[in-house]
Amino acid sequence: MKRLLILGAGTAGTMAANKLRPQLPRDEWNVTIVDQSDTHYYQPGYLFIPFGIYRPDEVTKPTKRFIPSGVDLVKAEIDKVVPDENKVLLTDGKELPYDYLIIATGTTPRPDETPGMADDLGGSVHEFYTYNGATALAEKLRTWEGGKLVVHVTEMPIKCPVAPLEFTFLADAFFTEQGIRDKVDITYVTPLEGAFTKPVASKYLGDMLDTRNVHLEPDFMIESIDAEGKKLVSFDEREIPYDLLVTIPLNMGADYIARSDLGDDLNYVPVDQFTLLSKKYDNIFAVGDASDIPASKAGSVAHFAMDLFPANFMNHIQGLKMTEPFDGHANCFIETGHGKGLLIDFNYETEPLPGKYPLPGVGPFSLLKETEINHWGKVMFRWMYWNILLPGKELPLPALMSMAGKDTGDL
Amino acid sequence: MPTATIAGHEVQINDEGFLTEYDEWSEDIATELAGNIGVEMTPRHWEVIKWLREDYKEKGETATTRRVQTVGGFPTKEQFQLFPKKPAKKMAYIAGVPKPHGCV
Repeated sequence: MKRLLILGAGTAGTMAANKLRPQLPRDEWNVTIVDQSDTHYYQPGYLFIPFGIYRPDEVTKPTKRFIPSGVDLVKAEIDKVVPDENKVLLTDGKELPYDYLIIATGTTPRPDETPGMADDLGGSVHEFYTYNGATALAEKLRTWEGGKLVVHVTEMPIKCPVAPLEFTFLADAFFTEQGIRDKVDITYVTPLEGAFTKPVASKYLGDMLDTRNVHLEPDFMIESIDAEGKKLVSFDEREIPYDLLVTIPLNMGADYIARSDLGDDLNYVPVDQFTLLSKKYDNIFAVGDASDIPASKAGSVAHFAMDLFPANFMNHIQGLKMTEPFDGHANCFIETGHGKGLLIDFNYETEPLPGKYPLPGVGPFSLLKETEINHWGKVMFRWMYWNILLPGKELPLPALMSMAGKDTGDL
Repeated sequence: MPTATIAGHEVQINDEGFLTEYDEWSEDIATELAGNIGVEMTPRHWEVIKWLREDYKEKGETATTRRVQTVGGFPTKEQFQLFPKKPAKKMAYIAGVPKPHGCV
């Protein structure tokens, strides 16, 4: 029997299990998936928890419900991969041998990587990129009476790169609806040169912070957080005071990747950006956020890549050429508050452009434009995630980005 | 894309003056680009710029300030000394690689 081992039962790993199991003959292949948690988290929902739009229990379901029959689900922590011996060591001392390995252990926020960031976490410093963080922030916002709110991005790349902006828009709407917007001073702090950095998106959306009365602090390379003095300090000695800091800590891949010598400086696995095959090992792939492909770390990227991946994987294990190159396609709803949203659609080569999606001229979704329909798309997406995407069913959307429906006049 | 003549070479640039073709870069172009933003190239500047170009070739993405420190070995403070105020953007401009960006 041959063994396919999948590390991580998040979005990409679960989809890999659901899509590959039916294609691999059961009398020839064992498929095993390892995860340290019993719970599958709908991570796009974290954004809504702080504002009480989702309850925490609305973003979780048991992992095992999404693992198909014929796939062994192992609950364990990974110690390391030993690629030269084709095996994975678990922290409980067990070993899992493999013929092919798919790494899908994602990325996590690391407040410890910035001096001072972890000192007051849960007090005046919060984050919403984890279930616990989002829940704690909901508790904080429920009784917060206002002051200086600073939304801060530590360094790129981060998971769901638009989420900090969405958080900012939703915060503006939330405090307005609470009747305390005049008591809240919002500042958006980014290491990039602006909140918007792509020329066409900047042209259409560039005033979104101004119109919401949000201050922008660009080019801010954080050196440390002074938790006692409640301020951010940058390498060029700027200081930003806060009463409530909502930060997006440095994001990194899992630590076992570093212990296995499989990752780059942020523990992402270097892979070919078209096939997701490891640059170092011919029987290791990295999918979803765990890889170093120069695409957004987003569920939609995992999803579109996973539409193409099974055909490539099946070819590769038969010694054939992988013929379905991935283009880095991403498609993200951006909540803008008050029941509206934006949609962006882009890939490695093409920046977000205005137009309609998925049907040219029809939509129903509008690209780079605030509409109520876009908001409902985001709301509906949670149902699609649980019922269509995770089980590996086909969504009637092309995996590769299409220029049809896009307005190229601004290029 | 507009073109420009830099240090005697005709090259393609974007609206912000960044080279858009990796292979059109050369050292004399870099020297002129550096001059445009008030940076005088020293051996240490060249080390950073050449590392950034090599890293871009391998990764397909411009290194962040953090990566220039942890992998390249150029401390962030020093990056600010060599390329004042906006090291990430200035380094990318001189090295002929895309400026660091988000997805919108």
